[in-house]
Amino acid sequence: MDHFPGTWGRPRNDVYGAYDPSYLQSTGPKTHTTSPAVTGTSVIGVKFNGGVVLATDNLASYGSLARFTDTKRLRIFGNKAVVGFGGDVSDMQYIDRLLESIDIRENYSSHGNMLNAKNLHTYLAKVFYKRRSEFNPLWNHVLVAGFDGEGKPFLSSADLLGTTFSAPHLATGFGAHLAVPILRRLFPEEKPIEEISREEAVDALKQCLKVLFYRDARSLDKYSIAVITQEGIDLKEDEQLEGQSWAFAERIKGYGAQTV
Amino acid sequence: MFRNNYDNDAVTFSPQGRIFQVEYAQEAVKQGSVVVGLVNKTHAVLVGLKRNAEELSSYQKKIIEIDSHMAIAIAGLASDARVLSNFMKQQSLGSKMTYGRPIPLERIVTQIGDRAQTNTQHYGKRPYGVGLLVAGVDEAGPHLFEFQPSGLIHEMVACAIGARSQMARTYLERNLDKFADCSRDQLINHGLRALKETLSQDKELTVDNTSVGVIGLAPEGSKGRIESFKLYEGQETVPLLEALERSEASGTVEDESMEVDS
Repeated sequence: MDHFPGTWGRPRNDVYGAYDPSYLQSTGPKTHTTSPAVTGTSVIGVKFNGGVVLATDNLASYGSLARFTDTKRLRIFGNKAVVGFGGDVSDMQYIDRLLESIDIRENYSSHGNMLNAKNLHTYLAKVFYKRRSEFNPLWNHVLVAGFDGEGKPFLSSADLLGTTFSAPHLATGFGAHLAVPILRRLFPEEKPIEEISREEAVDALKQCLKVLFYRDARSLDKYSIAVITQEGIDLKEDEQLEGQSWAFAERIKGYGAQTV
Repeated sequence: MFRNNYDNDAVTFSPQGRIFQVEYAQEAVKQGSVVVGLVNKTHAVLVGLKRNAEELSSYQKKIIEIDSHMAIAIAGLASDARVLSNFMKQQSLGSKMTYGRPIPLERIVTQIGDRAQTNTQHYGKRPYGVGLLVAGVDEAGPHLFEFQPSGLIHEMVACAIGARSQMARTYLERNLDKFADCSRDQLINHGLRALKETLSQDKELTVDNTSVGVIGLAPEGSKGRIESFKLYEGQETVPLLEALERSEASGTVEDESMEVDS
């Protein structure tokens, strides 16, 4: 957007006289918070019978530079919820501090009233919406996984505008384009989540991460994966994509040092 | 002539370590008409004796709903209670808005406790002249809390505050072991019996002066998790008062739902 009204269309100088430029701003509004700096790419999640799986790769990019390759983008809240962060990494760290302080406050309660994943998601969506309304958004798209008030698996997304969305499987960023079609093929709408096993869900996410690594230039083959069940959270943060096959790449022309 | 120099404000200790203004505020609670609260494993009940300023006036409200999962019963200055109940309503609504969760009882009771305590530590402020019984349900089940003007809060199994409340407390202490496993109707019955103990010779419980509030966990298999707050006043108290009469006649606390009316 052009923030300088002086360059906008104005009445003719020869008829109406020149505009007094002292009324014009010489500086624009602050815009440094309206674009992200160090970013994480997709987060993907699937509900299965008795829980939810969430996965991200471990990359934080600085523009197109693969800057940090050991970033933990899955954050545990309490003992039964996980938040997966896409988007700005410093905003992720800020939100993580918010969640930390809430968790400390909640643990003072002697009665075991703990916020579940659904409460957490409602809260995060409100935080995002407040910040976007102040024109100072937190540049993230998150997936919240865990259980709702009735103990049923919960998976929902919230983005930098405060928009919320829920589905049996979800993906943010590039994953919304590349992973969701795969997940829809594996787990069609008519298939209830009770028929999806934990192994199926984990394998599906690994397959999606692999496709994302093939085609998303801001992704990495090192990833984190969290399985949330009523028994607890199984978080692995230093996994390596296995069984890659780059054979298809041979047929792709138009990049690098090839002579077409 | 003797004059107490240590009760001009709420921030000065007496040499004996007392804060007189706080103690006077607690006297205001004792002037208020009595309210009784009790809990069992599934429900929390509040009963109160309403007073009217004069024969032709309406009765002062004793039980205020804060939210569908929580209510308070008041003894003392009703206008101070309104300040506190408005605050509690706001906090409760705020919790539903930001987290989508009914506020845990202990949390909100601690908040009003902190507010009341602040009033005893700042020059120019005065303590609240009201005591509250806060009853409600949260994730951990039904609760009853007592709140005092000093800012002191306690979780209670049963409690009574207000004028002549000692009589009610005596009843509650005698029957304490019966509460935990009794039914919803029996719990109301115990509450009314405790309330009746406090009445002076020439008074009795009527549809006009009795107020009953019930809140609890919904029975197994019903739609919601909680049975929302229900206030019984006026004609709605008739069956409760009849049950009270019957139980006194038979000398036992009956289960109203077992009665088969013609």
